[in-house]
Amino acid sequence: MPSPIRLLDDAALARALQRMALEIIERAGGTSRLVLVGIQRRGVQLAERLALLIERDHGTIRRGKLDITLYRDDLQAIGPRPVVGETSLPPDIDGAIVVIVDDVLFTGRTIRAALDEVADFGRPRQILLCELVDRGGRELPIHADIVGQSVTTGPGDHVDVRVKELDGEDGVYLVRGDG
Amino acid sequence: MADVSAALGKDLVGLEPLSREQIQLILDTAEPFKEVSERQIKKVPALRGKTIVNLFFEASTRTRISFEFAEKRLSADTVNVAASGSSVSKGETLVDTARNLEAMRIDMVVIRHPASGAAQFLGNRIRSNVINAGDGKHEHPTQGLLDLLTLRDKFGKIEGLKVAICGDVLHSRVARSNIWGLTKLGAEVAVCGPATLLPRDIRELGVTVLPRIEEAIQWADALNVLRLQLERMQGGFIPSLREYNRVFGVTSERLDQAPKDLVILHPGPMNRGVEIDSDVADGPHSVILPQVTNGVAVRMAVLYLLAGGSPDWATASSRSDER
Repeated sequence: MPSPIRLLDDAALARALQRMALEIIERAGGTSRLVLVGIQRRGVQLAERLALLIERDHGTIRRGKLDITLYRDDLQAIGPRPVVGETSLPPDIDGAIVVIVDDVLFTGRTIRAALDEVADFGRPRQILLCELVDRGGRELPIHADIVGQSVTTGPGDHVDVRVKELDGEDGVYLVRGDG
Repeated sequence: MADVSAALGKDLVGLEPLSREQIQLILDTAEPFKEVSERQIKKVPALRGKTIVNLFFEASTRTRISFEFAEKRLSADTVNVAASGSSVSKGETLVDTARNLEAMRIDMVVIRHPASGAAQFLGNRIRSNVINAGDGKHEHPTQGLLDLLTLRDKFGKIEGLKVAICGDVLHSRVARSNIWGLTKLGAEVAVCGPATLLPRDIRELGVTVLPRIEEAIQWADALNVLRLQLERMQGGFIPSLREYNRVFGVTSERLDQAPKDLVILHPGPMNRGVEIDSDVADGPHSVILPQVTNGVAVRMAVLYLLAGGSPDWATASSRSDER
């Protein structure tokens, strides 16, 4: 097992989030229509951190959580996951600017599912995608609008995002796969 | 996170064969499904392309509609077959009916049947998943599960709870599923009813027998009041409905004597004024309607967990965080 390569330490992760928070406000043209939606699991913590950063200089912003398990396209192939996480979106997202916050962008299939799920809740004016890490390897025509860190990876590699709330530390690691 | 080795297997015939972990997995899975029914668009695509047959050989409103809602909210295609008006009334056997349905490429069968063991019998003979929606006096597992979920919502946990199952235990598959589920999750269970309506060997299931309803009310945290199954009684079990209500009816006068507020469950349909009085059924401690709401969520969870077949759990969980 090769040792993990650290891509971001806690200070670098904090800086990346600072920059991403600014970019979100810029892209959304303010915070009045902004809704931050984290994808279970670590996207939820990242979205909360971004929301707190934005709220330091602006008013309260609306937020939500999305579990895309029931919208996956490979449910039959892998079988159901044991427990589906919570989904909760603010009541009226019609006309809102929804920013989907996720930890790692890889094949794009999670985001495809997330877009389907958001559409079942309403019709936002715009949806933006905010990813802490873009590792390449897309299987669908999906791109991120706001990215913390891009990294080139092989299909067997694993990108491990760790957050204090769940893992006891902040950081991003790249674990090289075999071959 | 629930134990990943606790997948359910092919069929759900009862709570007796399930482990504590498997029951907990279903209850935990039901939680997020509650939210789906609160959405404006009450539908997720999880079972898209699956075909489910609801095969009902007995009258049912609540259970059949609840299963149908659960199936539709998971995007499955559903067909309802009732015994009357189908070839069952022409004498076709259960297996032949199911095999013919299977030849039309179905994925799951939800079956209600007057014979105990019908679901197991069918599950052993067809490839589709079979879910028991009530078989004779044997089990009604999804009712047991929704009762567990409702109690867990109300009390936070099942372990250590005292639940009294009152009334016509003899004819009740709901009672059996409740006893299995509750005892597996660590609750204390008592049954209470006229001796003619209690199975003789009921103590072997690990329950206490309380002969008087007043005792049950003193002892319990929650009462699960069973329906007096008038259609299954060919006479002689009780002197009269009025007499039954006088001796075993759950009335507000009796509940006023309880040392604490009891949570009241009833699987429906109710005989108001017989086993339960209206002011109790509609009172502040009744969870009869939350039971119905939870029924849809629990059935969604069962359908969802069974539809996955026998997944490679290790692969599933390691792939789940990153795609």
